[in-house]
Amino acid sequence: MAGSTLEIKNLHVAIEGEEILRGVNLTIKGGEFHAVMGPNGTGKSTLASAVMGHPKYEITEGEVYIDGKDVLEMEVDERAQAGLFLAMQYPSEISGVTNSDFLRSSINARREEGDEISLMKFIKEMDGTMDLLEMDKNMAQRYLNEGFSGGEKKRNEILQLMMLKPAIAILDEIDSGLDIDALKVVSKGINQMRDENFGCLIITHYQRLLNYIAPDKVHVMMQGRIVKSGGPELAQRLEEEGYDWIKQELGIEDETVGQKA
Amino acid sequence: MTVEISLGYDKEYVTKFSEGLNEPEWMKTLRLDALQQAERLPMPKPDKTKIDRWNFTKFTHDLRGEELSSLADLPNQIKDFVDQNKEEQNLFIQRDQRVAFASLSQSLKDKGVIFTDMNTAMREHSDLVEKYYMKDGIQVDEHRLTALHAALMNGGVFVYVPENVQVEEPLQAIFWQEDPEAALFNHVIVVADKNSSVTYVENYLSQNNEEEEAVTNILTEVFAHDNAKVSFGAVDNLGAGTTTYVNRRGVADRDAKIEWALGQMNDGYTISENYTYLMGENSLGDAKTVSVGRGSQKQNFTARIVHYGKASEGYILQHGVMKEKATAIFNGIGKIEHGASKSNAEQESRVLMLSKDARGDANPILLIDEDDVTAGHAASVGRVDPMQLFYLMSRGITQKEAERLVIHGFLAPVVKQLPIKAVKEQLTQVIERKVN
Repeated sequence: MAGSTLEIKNLHVAIEGEEILRGVNLTIKGGEFHAVMGPNGTGKSTLASAVMGHPKYEITEGEVYIDGKDVLEMEVDERAQAGLFLAMQYPSEISGVTNSDFLRSSINARREEGDEISLMKFIKEMDGTMDLLEMDKNMAQRYLNEGFSGGEKKRNEILQLMMLKPAIAILDEIDSGLDIDALKVVSKGINQMRDENFGCLIITHYQRLLNYIAPDKVHVMMQGRIVKSGGPELAQRLEEEGYDWIKQELGIEDETVGQKA
Repeated sequence: MTVEISLGYDKEYVTKFSEGLNEPEWMKTLRLDALQQAERLPMPKPDKTKIDRWNFTKFTHDLRGEELSSLADLPNQIKDFVDQNKEEQNLFIQRDQRVAFASLSQSLKDKGVIFTDMNTAMREHSDLVEKYYMKDGIQVDEHRLTALHAALMNGGVFVYVPENVQVEEPLQAIFWQEDPEAALFNHVIVVADKNSSVTYVENYLSQNNEEEEAVTNILTEVFAHDNAKVSFGAVDNLGAGTTTYVNRRGVADRDAKIEWALGQMNDGYTISENYTYLMGENSLGDAKTVSVGRGSQKQNFTARIVHYGKASEGYILQHGVMKEKATAIFNGIGKIEHGASKSNAEQESRVLMLSKDARGDANPILLIDEDDVTAGHAASVGRVDPMQLFYLMSRGITQKEAERLVIHGFLAPVVKQLPIKAVKEQLTQVIERKVN
């Protein structure tokens, strides 16, 4: 088997006592691109954040494994070391820490002491990746996400994805707030990652992104659960008909969990 | 009934001490007069910090360290602060009140620059020292600690830069307290005469732990005469057992500039006052300080810039990080006196707390008695944002390293702006040590 496997089993997640996820089951393998779609407020972003270990989310039930190792037992940094990556919807701004120092620390955190990436190699790789993502070179020396526009933040998330080369990446609304040109650039970066050692979970409520990044599997989330799964044709149908037919099929009136996703 | 604090040192002791050092008569008189005042004057009252239980008055006063035969004999912790590759050192090292090493380049000597220990300065340049010593800068009778200092002063340096002389290379003084319990009453005077400029950098270093109690009482007076510029840098790094009172004061005449770059990295209880009097028209005072508090130390930092001269400019920038159970108060005060029109006062104080037991307070204060001025202030006190840590850790960075990055990032805006390269480098090292 090539690549890693992320298994999410019957995951229940609460925030401040309110249950948001109510039993999510999902398995992502190396080489696969999954899309999780659904209207706002159905729990998509909660799924992304909870798997990475966001401090506000409490796991009330269920299990998460990466290559058989218990993810929920791990600290956030250990989850990253195990191969997980989360491209965040709202990345933090960190004053005084340059983008490039941060990236180098992140890369070196995965390497043994004494085996740190050489500065030359790092700069070369960073330059090349920034070119591909059509990023301004001075962004390397700017403070991490500080004063970045929405589009710059998203590109910066993808820059990190490409430099860190995780086994499994979760992309949380990487398309939100992007114009069509930026969307194409970001998609180009993500597509470049595609190989049998890389699995990806794309969270979006627009089908638009999937025109550029073809998913192998598509899941629909409502009321904190995955209510329907299928192939790329499912995304196509959602684009044409919206979500109402699924709600009708399942007898759902309000698809939200009473909490913005 | 009032409780009398016995200072433990009497007239006879002070007389003997002064005579033993062959001090000029004026100094002996000043000491004895100050001793009398110390008995009756109250302790200073730093805003929002209670110091009545701090030990400022129990100590061993007269201890003398040994001379150094070579810089190579310095312990490693001190070596970090010295650039040993320099051919010509403008370096002064004081080891437990004794001059251990002193060197000034021939070219500076030829230009009339004085950079020597206070005792030698008093004997060789008595009039010059008398002109500045606790006259227009710090007064003897401000409170008990200034008076006590004047009575028991036992170390320090005197720097004088004559008119029109530009000192390009920094002058560096290291005050090294090797004996864990030796008290230091250090007095530093830096005088930049008209149209001159100088960069002076000092380090206070000791390694005493919490049980090894010591007292440090430091007074520093900086004078920048017309159109002179003084860049004053410091990295203080006294041990956990040392209780410190440090008062650094500047007086700037017409068109003069005083820039302070203070890395206040003591591990013990510290009261720090950094005042700048902008006496002359168009003078400038710039006070930058960073601090990292740890353990259960309590600290109080007050930076005050007082504008008397027209069109004078005062800038205060304070950033502090508090770890563990450390507490610190940052007061940034801009005072514009009546008549100092067209002046500008700016203050910024920021505190970052790393644990739930750490405490910090930032108080920017503007006191303005003149209409035609500009002023501004900003302050923030906050804890590390858990979202920042989550973000950094989600890239594989450990919590410790993530905190380190956030701290460096928080201090960077000040450290980056420090005008003296040597201070920037020393400070980065000390921050690194205190953060880990």
